[in-house]
Parts: sequence; C-alpha cells; structure tokens
Amino acid sequence: MNLELSEEQQLLKQAMREFAEGEIAPGAAERDEHARFPSELIPKLAEQGLLGIMVPEEYGGSGYDALSSVIIVEEIARVDAAVALLVGSHNSLCSGHILLAGSDAQKRTFLPPLARGEKLGAWALTEPGSGSDAGAMRTRATLDGDHWVIRGDKQFITQGSTAGTYVIMASTDPSQGTRGISAFVVDRDTPGLSVGKLEKKLGVRASDTAALHFDDMRVPKDRLLGKLNEGCKDVLSVLASARIGMAALAVGLAQGALDEALNYAKRRRQFGKPILEYEAIQWMLADMATESEAARLMAWHAATLRDEGAPYLRIASQAKLYSSEVAVRSTSKAIQIHGGYGYLKDSAVERFYRDAKLCEIGEGTSEVQRMVIARELFR
Amino acid sequence: MDFALSEHQQDVQRRARAFAASEVAPVASALDRKGSIPADIIAGAAEVGLLGCERDFVAYVAGLIEISREWASLGAVIAVHNSLVCHPIARYGDATQKNRFLTRLTDKRELGCYAFAEPSAGSDAGAIRTTATADGDHFVLNGHKRFVTGGRQARIAIVYALTDSTKGRDGLSAFIVETGTPGYIVGETNEMLGLRASEAVDVRLNDCRVPKANLLGGLNQGFAIARDIVEGGRIDIAAQAVGIGEACLAQSLAKAKDRKQFGRPIAEFEAIQWMVADMSTEIDAARLLAFRAAAMRAAHPDDTGLTKASAMAKLFASEAANRAAYNALQIFGGHGYLTEYPVERYFRDARAMTLYEETSEIERLVIERELAK
Repeated sequence: MNLELSEEQQLLKQAMREFAEGEIAPGAAERDEHARFPSELIPKLAEQGLLGIMVPEEYGGSGYDALSSVIIVEEIARVDAAVALLVGSHNSLCSGHILLAGSDAQKRTFLPPLARGEKLGAWALTEPGSGSDAGAMRTRATLDGDHWVIRGDKQFITQGSTAGTYVIMASTDPSQGTRGISAFVVDRDTPGLSVGKLEKKLGVRASDTAALHFDDMRVPKDRLLGKLNEGCKDVLSVLASARIGMAALAVGLAQGALDEALNYAKRRRQFGKPILEYEAIQWMLADMATESEAARLMAWHAATLRDEGAPYLRIASQAKLYSSEVAVRSTSKAIQIHGGYGYLKDSAVERFYRDAKLCEIGEGTSEVQRMVIARELFR
Repeated sequence: MDFALSEHQQDVQRRARAFAASEVAPVASALDRKGSIPADIIAGAAEVGLLGCERDFVAYVAGLIEISREWASLGAVIAVHNSLVCHPIARYGDATQKNRFLTRLTDKRELGCYAFAEPSAGSDAGAIRTTATADGDHFVLNGHKRFVTGGRQARIAIVYALTDSTKGRDGLSAFIVETGTPGYIVGETNEMLGLRASEAVDVRLNDCRVPKANLLGGLNQGFAIARDIVEGGRIDIAAQAVGIGEACLAQSLAKAKDRKQFGRPIAEFEAIQWMVADMSTEIDAARLLAFRAAAMRAAHPDDTGLTKASAMAKLFASEAANRAAYNALQIFGGHGYLTEYPVERYFRDARAMTLYEETSEIERLVIERELAK
C-alpha cells in the first residue's frame, strides 16, 4: 500500500503544471469567450507528447500508462477544461478505441498521425435520439461489394468539425440491437461525410462540438474496427476508460477552483480582516480540499486497476460520478467565496463553474453512472 | 502507486474478518444492549494481533475496519488501546515504562484507556483543569475526566494534567496511571446514543498519587504527545467509519435483493439503486483516504502532510458513514427502525464518528489551517 506519486510521476505533474500555466492558461479566457478552438495549441500539445499519451512508442506515441494520463489531464483541466477535453477525447476515445480493437495495420496507419497531431481524433457514438442507450442507434452500415455504405446522423461529437480521423459506430444488424453494432475508422475527406451544426454550449466553449451527417458514405471494408457486430463490447470498454479521463478532468477543475478560491480568500479583506479568517470560508475550503482529494484518489485507483489489467468498470464509474459532482460543488463554492467578483466573466471561476457541469453529463450522465454502479453491486 | 495490501496485511485482514464474522457478529447486537464487551471477545481480538502488538499500521487499520464492520464499540475500544495508549508509550516511554506497561497491554491483554477530555475541555486543550502537583517522588493528580472510552475495564490509563497551570496547554503532562491507584475513581458509565458497549466513563482524580517514574515523555510534553497521537487516532476513527459504512452497504444490498414490493425486489427500483450506488462510491472514497493516511503514517510518521491527510480521512469517512447509515435505514424501511436489525445500531454508532476524538468542525479547522500555510 503506497498511495503517493513516484518521483517520476511527481516530475511529470510538475512539468505538466508548468506547461499548462505557461502555454494553456494565458489564452483560456479569450478562447472561452469567443468559443474559439485552440488550434494554436495543437503543435505544442503534440510536441509534449500529449496527443499520443497512451499510444505505444512503436506507433509514434508517448507510451504513458493510465495513471500518467490522469496526472496530465488533471493539470490541463486545472487551467482549461476545454483543452483537457480535447486531449482526453482525442486520446481515450478515438486513439483508445483504435488501440483496443484495431488490427496492426490499422494501428500503423491511423495512430502515428494522431499521435503527432497531424490529425485530430473524434469518436462518434451519440445520435439525436440515443446516447448511452446504444441499442437505439439509427445509423446503419450496409455491405455493398467491398465497401460499407453508412447512412445516419451523429450529434455532440467532440472535435466533430476539426478531426481528421473519426471512429464511427453504426448498426450492422438492426435486428440485434446492441449485438448488431460495429465500429469503423473513417477519414475526414471521405465522400458522404459532412459536418453539420457547430453547437454553442454553456461551458467548455472552446471545445469543438459538432453534428455529423453520413449520406451514403462509402467506407472500404478494411476500415471495420474490431469484430463485426461486436462493437458494443468495445464501446463499453472505451467508455469505461474514458470515464477515468473525465474523472481526471473533474479533479483538475475542482483543484483549479480551490486554488483560485484560496488565493482570493487570503487577499480579500472585509470587516478588517481577510475573509480566510471567517469560519464560513474555512469550512468551504476544507470541504473542497477534502472532496477533491477523495476524488483524486478514486481516479488514481481506477487508473491503477486499468494499468494492472484488473476489472475497473464500477470503480471508474464511481470515480467519474463522484469527481464530477465534486467539481460542480467546488466550482460553485469558489464563486461563492469570490462573491460578486466570481459572477463576472473576468474571473476564472466563472468559467470553471460552467465547464464543470459537463462532467456530470459527458461519457454517461451521473444517472447512467449510478445505473452502472448499482448493476455491478447487485450482481 | 500501490493500492494492494501486502501479504501480511491481507493476512491480518483475513484473520480479523474471520474472527469478526464467527465470534463477534452473532453476539454483537445482544452484547451492545447489555453495554459491555466480555473478556473473551477482547482475548479474541488479541489473538488476531489487534491488541497493541501489530507493528504494521496499515495491517492494523485493515483489521480495525473488519472488527468495526461487525461491532463499532469493539473497534472503538481497540483503537483507544492501540493508538492512544500503546503507541504513545512505545514512542515516548523510557525503557522501564515500555518494559513495565507494554507487555501488560499486549501479552497480558490488559486494556488501556485515555483520560483527556473534561466537562469543559475537549479539543480546546488549554481549558483542561486537572492538575498534577509534585510531591516528593510522586505527582498528585486532582480533577475530573469525561468520555474515558473503555474506562470500566481498563487497567492502565494515560491521564493528562497540568504541571504548570500558567502555561495553558503547554503546561500539560501525560502520566501513565494504574487504574487501581488510590484516588483514581471510576464513576458512572456515560449513557450514550451509540457505541454503547465502549463503556465511556467519568473518572475522578482525588489526590491520586502517581510515581514520578510514570511521567510520559518529559515534563510539560503532554500537549505535544496528544497532538502527535491524534493523527493515528483520526485514522482509527476513519477506519471504524469505513467499517460501519461497509456494513450498511452489505446489509442494504442483501435486503434490497430479498425484499419484494409491488411484485419485484426493491433492488429493481432506481431510488434504491441510487442509494446503494452513492453508498458504495462514498465508502470506497473514504477507504482510500483512510488507507492513504495510514500508509503515509506507516512510511513516514513525521510527515508534515499527515495532519491534513488524517483530518481529511476522519472528516470524510465519518460523514460518509452517517449518510450510509441513513440510507441503510431508508432501504430497510420500518424494519430498519427496529432493534431487531443491526442497521439500527450502525445508525447510532455512526453518529459518534463525527463527534469523538475531534468533531467534524475541528477537522475542518485543521484542514483549512494546513491549506492556508
């Protein structure tokens, strides 16, 4: 039993903190205000190896483990959750699915450009009428000679308009529900693939969220990712690991909120003393710190189980559920501590508060997490 | 990063679990109503290695969780014995004191207790009124102590008293006192909501003469000792709370599968699923915080991060145990309100966790002070 970061992990954390504060934080508020995608950061993220975090070196990646990935995502989210979401979804959803289910040839073709940042990755599961209920998926893929012909619509796709590589889920046997789902890896310039509406959002506004339309999109047979009709199993596995990433993102937001609030409470004076000296403020800070520490340990635990090859479905859902609710509570308290100043767009905590809400919704809502957890408990 | 227990730690956990399941669980509710812990149960805990001789703090915490899962009163008495009595003697005692007292506390299975709180003093150590006045080879102790857990059965007490009443808490000293010493008077057992078999008593010190050789850790060192041992004490209570939380979850899962309403097990209702999902999530978080602090203490007892880590574990776990106990009663419905089922006891015992040793409010103060450093 040793729940401390190793020296190497501490160095990684320190390096990521410096990178995030030096390169990501300065433009975060401006990107958020204008809902502007952080294109200028892509080469820098790639240079740091953050676009191929868990991709093995033989495929051009950094070869980090899941725990390191949690450390990286937390430090980015501490200053900018939109960039953390980009890094998280690119890595754990798109590259993660290819790593999990791809053939060696597919890995060699698709992973190096993703890891080098030449192409961004997107992962398309959600549709206008279905999210976690994958069995209700309407997008169809039908075989025509040596091509799959895909028709349908996807929604809420992160990097939907900026990706170069898409992993797309479609029903290959509609009569079988979730047992008739397959995954495909598709290039941006495939005829029939068009990007729809760019969504305007409450938070993570600099993140690119778009709808996709597939109009008789023809995809070569060798782009089937994983086994025919067995895509759902891989989707659940990819989602479980992505939940660890979302937990890390939420922990970063909670930590960012705590750091901002603590600094402010030391500086701000009312009735002749710093507000930090009032118990009402002390209580909020103590709870924020305790809960974010608990959330961090849960994310580390889930990541460590994953690295060890142990089952982690329930633990990842618990980490995601808990840390996302902590992020929402902590960012709300951070605004409360800032008072009126926290309500202004000039404050970082205003952005954190809006961003945190994503965590309770993305990669399965809190309600879906509780469903997953209860199902595992009652097994 | 290593979340797994070592082989030895797993072994202690397994033995504690087996003992708790076979010897404690069947009798805990009935004995709790009687309000005391029989000697054979104490002896059983000693057999498992939980009475002062476990050197591996993580193993001890793993064992304490298992015991508290079945009977929190027993967990509380074991915790006081280990962290508030054996540990300070082992750490601050001189060779003679260790020889004289530690053997009795471990091999001879004599229980220890901790006399710190008073009618007007708890976490505010500066308000302690009990005095110790030097008289020849002895100190003469006078005062009134409260909430002395395990005080009915204990043979050895550590009593905190002022040796310099001009210095407030920095004038406190710790004394090892044989409870049979004339003038050490065990009063009434405090009637309590929960932890009913932990036998918290009042102790009156009435010209109680304690040999100078029994001064622990030097004159006026009492507060430093108390502040050090409170870190282990907080982790102990976090462990007890995790045990209670685990018990609440286990009982709830079994009940929800078994209990049918409207033609199906209540486990199939989302309201119940939500509650068990939250219980499991929070108890797992509490366990991680407790083991994190325990592992930190085992590796570096003087780690400055331990103050915050132990306070967070105690605060979070104790409050999570209360929420778990609340939900367990909801899941049991009216049955949970009956003393026939153990969740009623868990609910009462959980309440002590946010109060004793230090309240949640004190933990928050401690955490905030560390944050602001």
